[in-house]
Amino acid sequence: MTGLDQEPDVYRDLLADMIRIRVFEERCAELYGESQIRGFLHLYIGEEAIAAGVMRCLEPRDAVLATYREHGHALLRGVSADSIMAEMFGKATGCSGGRGGSMHLFDAASRFFGGNAIVGGHLPLAVGLGLADQMLERTGAVTVCFFGEGAMAEGEFHEAMNLAALWNVPVLFCCENNRYAMGTSLRSSESQVDLALKAASYAIPAWTVDGMDVAEVHRATSRALATVRASGGPMFIEFQTYRFRAHSMFDPDLYRDPAEVELWKLRDPIVTFTERLLADGIVEQPDLDAMWDAAREEVEHAVQAAEDAPFAPLDTLLDNVTLEPPADDASGPEPVGSGGDSLDEDDVWP
Amino acid sequence: MTDAITYREAMRAALHEALATDERVVILGEDVADYGGTYAVTKGLHEEFGRDRVRNTPLSESGFVGAAIGAALGGLRPIVEIMTVNFSLLALDQLVNTAATVLHMSGGQFNVPLVVRTTTGAGRQLAAQHSHSLEGWFAHVPGLKVIAPSTPQDARWMLPTALADPNPVIIFEHTALYNERAEVDPTSGPVDINRAAIRRPGDDVTLVAAAGMVPKALAAAEALQSAGVSVEVIDLRSLRPLDLGTLAASVGRTHRALVVDEGWRTGGLNAEVAAALTEACFWTLDAPIARLAGQEVPIPYAKHLEDAAIPQVDDIVAAIRTLVGSGDD
Repeated sequence: MTGLDQEPDVYRDLLADMIRIRVFEERCAELYGESQIRGFLHLYIGEEAIAAGVMRCLEPRDAVLATYREHGHALLRGVSADSIMAEMFGKATGCSGGRGGSMHLFDAASRFFGGNAIVGGHLPLAVGLGLADQMLERTGAVTVCFFGEGAMAEGEFHEAMNLAALWNVPVLFCCENNRYAMGTSLRSSESQVDLALKAASYAIPAWTVDGMDVAEVHRATSRALATVRASGGPMFIEFQTYRFRAHSMFDPDLYRDPAEVELWKLRDPIVTFTERLLADGIVEQPDLDAMWDAAREEVEHAVQAAEDAPFAPLDTLLDNVTLEPPADDASGPEPVGSGGDSLDEDDVWP
Repeated sequence: MTDAITYREAMRAALHEALATDERVVILGEDVADYGGTYAVTKGLHEEFGRDRVRNTPLSESGFVGAAIGAALGGLRPIVEIMTVNFSLLALDQLVNTAATVLHMSGGQFNVPLVVRTTTGAGRQLAAQHSHSLEGWFAHVPGLKVIAPSTPQDARWMLPTALADPNPVIIFEHTALYNERAEVDPTSGPVDINRAAIRRPGDDVTLVAAAGMVPKALAAAEALQSAGVSVEVIDLRSLRPLDLGTLAASVGRTHRALVVDEGWRTGGLNAEVAAALTEACFWTLDAPIARLAGQEVPIPYAKHLEDAAIPQVDDIVAAIRTLVGSGDD
């Protein structure tokens, strides 16, 4: 008895989604070694269950904001592997035109608002997107905001929680607690390590969920989103997880006990979920082979497309710094006039 | 002058029009509703348009500026009020790392049609955490537009242009200008916000100023007229982008220029203006481009010290006398 009570297709899709991310990320690591991808590269290996479980609950009208560890979120939100890989190659066909790289994937079509690399900086943006949904009466639309537990030490987390609750905006805050902010452990950086309690202190309903169990992530997120859509107010979920790789490709991973890493790998979300689905007869080996093959094919196609794609011409360097206003907006003559008279001494304002 | 209104009233009229004509417009800021805004600019607007659209925020500059960026991305047209430029530093992350970068970083997919209003400048004895002129810092940043209305006419008519702009626009309102009174053309409509304006034509020297320095520059020009020096006063209006065409054309005629700036001299906006004018006009200059700036000190409280810390009319007059006394004609 494994507690899988939904249609088998749901679980097959969740497993396939996690595999897509794993294969994509493993390939990225290789490409980084080959210097095809440069800059900072943060891999999501080990944490796939969260993006997979959450993204399957979303609708096209929803908005998503993520961190710099966001390849998997973008991929499952519907940004093509081709355009993500091309972005990391710095190519013109990348989803951000080669201006963002690994940390700044954007996609207007799927309402994917980055790829944000100032820790905590995108949480207030989520509040604002929620406010726009509320004030423009897009009832039922939700903004989902992913962030790491490290962001919870930032003032912007606390400001955003307060605003979200005060203005009652439809935002689901998804904390991916992988226990380390780069090399700093949660216990060494937070006086209160019950993260849901922090959100609850702002009068936001909050839970802690096993982020290594994709079925549990999916179940918890479905329920939370149903409430957010109905109530229009914010919620918070802490997903407890672990990254199997170092923080970034530059990180020698000196701060974690290898035994701790190995212990968490026993809970690999893909391995454990595969075993459950096999035990329940939801998948069989040929299904698994097909999933892995499809993921590899998708990624190899993306790599080939990225290699073949052109770089943006240098004469586009200064594109998209500012936009030209519509022609009829900047009108009227520039005014030429006096600077006015003297100050009013009766003024009571400072 | 029966039609004359104050700079504050002009700005409030602009905000009123924005709220009345575009339901996407929302004003966010500390004490913008019941209190009426620190400088009483938004006074009464919440009574007509409600507290959702004239929305008080907690003391969370980074939070509510970030929320305004998100709201702009989501289809609203937020106007954020930040009490002073000093407090805007608490939101510098959102303005510089997000508002200014999203368009480029997303390959042109997302733009941030955001207007931020904040006050700048000394003159009200508010000391070193409410009185600085940091607009030059924002003018340093690609992706932002920075404007500084110096007249009631501009206070009234720059806002609608800023609101229609698809980019983040920061409006600096000098606190000493709020009670300036002048006639405003109620029919002029939105004005160009990218151009400098010649506020007073002259032949002998170009005097470049912005925001709170403009009335002082005009007073200095008036004083010098009687001494036989004809000063052309240019109001920058836009600090980013700089309208170098208008500036260079003027200096091309006068062959001398003084750039006056309330902000600090080192790394200041007037350094940029002076360097750009030197590059553009070097071979026609009769004297080096001169600068007059705020003293390199945090703004002090005591009135006589505060006055001494920023350029005054007499300082401008003296600097121009020195400038026209130099050179070869």
